[in-house]
Amino acid sequence: MFNNPFIKQLFGSFLDLAPILAVVLVFQVLVIRQPIPDVGNLIAGTLFVVFGLTLFIQGLEQSLFPIGESMAYALARKGSLFWLLAFAFCLGFGAAVAEPALIAVAEKAANIASNGNLIEQTDAAKAGYALGLRITVALSIGLAILVGVLRIIRGWPVYYPVFFGYVCIAIMTSFAPVEIIGIAYDSGGIATSSITVPLVTALGVGLATSIKGRNPMTDGFGLIVLASLMPTIFVMVYGMAI
Amino acid sequence: MIDWLMHFVLKLLVTCRDILPIVVIIIGFQLLVIRKPLAHPRKTIIGFFYVLLGIVFFLEGLDLALFPLGSLMAKQLTTLEFLGVNSLDEVSSWQAYSWVYIFAASIGFATALAEPSLLAVALKAEQISGGTIRAWGLRISVAIGVGFGLALGTFRIVTGSEFYLYIIGGYIIVMIQTRFAPKLIIGLAYDSGGVTTSMVTVPLVTALGLGLASAVPGRNPLLDGFGLIAFASLFPIIAVLGYAQIAQWLNRRSLSSKP
Repeated sequence: MFNNPFIKQLFGSFLDLAPILAVVLVFQVLVIRQPIPDVGNLIAGTLFVVFGLTLFIQGLEQSLFPIGESMAYALARKGSLFWLLAFAFCLGFGAAVAEPALIAVAEKAANIASNGNLIEQTDAAKAGYALGLRITVALSIGLAILVGVLRIIRGWPVYYPVFFGYVCIAIMTSFAPVEIIGIAYDSGGIATSSITVPLVTALGVGLATSIKGRNPMTDGFGLIVLASLMPTIFVMVYGMAI
Repeated sequence: MIDWLMHFVLKLLVTCRDILPIVVIIIGFQLLVIRKPLAHPRKTIIGFFYVLLGIVFFLEGLDLALFPLGSLMAKQLTTLEFLGVNSLDEVSSWQAYSWVYIFAASIGFATALAEPSLLAVALKAEQISGGTIRAWGLRISVAIGVGFGLALGTFRIVTGSEFYLYIIGGYIIVMIQTRFAPKLIIGLAYDSGGVTTSMVTVPLVTALGLGLASAVPGRNPLLDGFGLIAFASLFPIIAVLGYAQIAQWLNRRSLSSKP
C-alpha cells in the first residue's frame, strides 16, 4: 500500500506543511497560550490543502513535467533559435498564469488595493486588477525565461542580466507609486513556486547539457533568478499605468 | 449544499481558464513544432484533470486554513495583553515585538530546511563542487538566510522604515559577493532564493505580513503589508554566496597547511 504513488505523495504533501504546523503549534502551546478560534475550519482547510497539493503534484508529474522536459530536450537538439525562444517565452507565460500561489496572492492584493481606495470597491474592479497583475507577472516571466535561454545559448556570465535587473529595479522604484512597490518586489518570489521552478530548471539544465561547451552547473542555473527579478520591474510599470 | 456545489463548479471553471494557456502551449508545440503525437494521451489527460481539481482544493484550503492562520498568528502576537504593555507609547517601540521576529525566523528556517526541491539542488551542488560544498551546509545556510530575511522583514513592517532601502542594500551586498565568490556556485546561489518560496510558504507569509501591518498601530497594509517574500528570496542568495566563500577559504587553508 505504501508503494502506491498517491499515498506516497499524500505523505509528501503533509511533510511540506508539517514544519509550518509544528512552528505554529509550538508557539500556540508555549508562547501564546490562548485557545485557537475556529479549530474545525483550520483542520478542514489543512486537509483540503494537503489533498489539493497531492492531486496537483501528482497531476503535474504525469502530464506537464514529462512533456515539458522531453520537449525542452527535443527543441534544444533541433537547434532552431526562433522556436526555442518562442517556446521559452510561452512556457514561462503559461506556467505563471497557472501558478496557484500567484492566483491566491493576486486576489489578496486586489482586496487590499480596494480597501485602500486604490481601485473601485466592486467585485469586477477587483477581479480585473487581480487578472491584470497576473498577466503582467506572466508576461515578464515569459520574457525572463527568453532572456535566460538566450544567455545560456550565447554563454554570457550569469550575473550580467542579474546586475542589469538590479539597476533597473533601483531606478524604477523611485518612479513607481508607493502602493505598488511591496507587491512588485514580492511578485517574483510568489510566481516562482510550484510549476515554474521545475519546468524552468529542466529547460535550463537540458539546454546547457545539449549545447557543446556549456556546463550544466555554471550555465544551467540562473533562470529562476531572472524570473524573480523581471516581474518586479513589470509590476512597477503596471502600477504606473493604472 | 447547492450553494457550495455552485461555488465549487464556478471555481472549477475559473481554474480551467487558468491552466488553459499552459495546456495549449504544451500540446500546440508538441503537435506543430515537434510533430509527434503525445506519448501517453490518456495518462496526460487524467494528469491535467488532477491538476485542475488539485488547484481548486488547494485554493479552498488556503482560504480556510493558511490565510487565517497567518493573520491569526499576527493578531495574537501583537495584542496588548500578549505584549504585556498598556500604553500606546510602548506599543510603537520595536523592542516590544521580539516574539514576532522569532516566529517569522522559525517559520522561515523550518520551511526552508524541509523544502524537498532544495534537497535535490543541494545534493547536485555537492556532487559538482567535488565535495567542497556540503549538501547540509548549503541547506542550513539557505535556511538561515530565509529565517534572517523574514525576521528582518517583520522588523521592517513594525518600524515602518522604507522597504526598498533594505532590498537595494541587499542587492549591493550580492553584487560585491559575486565579485569574490567561486564561479561555479553563482548561478545556483542566485536561484536558491526562488526555490524556497514554495506554494505553502507564500500564502502563510503573505497573510502574516498583511496581518502584522494591520495590527501594528500606524501601519497600513497597502503600504507595509507586502514585501516579506522579497526578503525571503534575497537573503538566501547572500547566505549561500557567503557559505561558498567560507567553504572555499577553509578548503584552501586545510590544503595549504598540509605539506
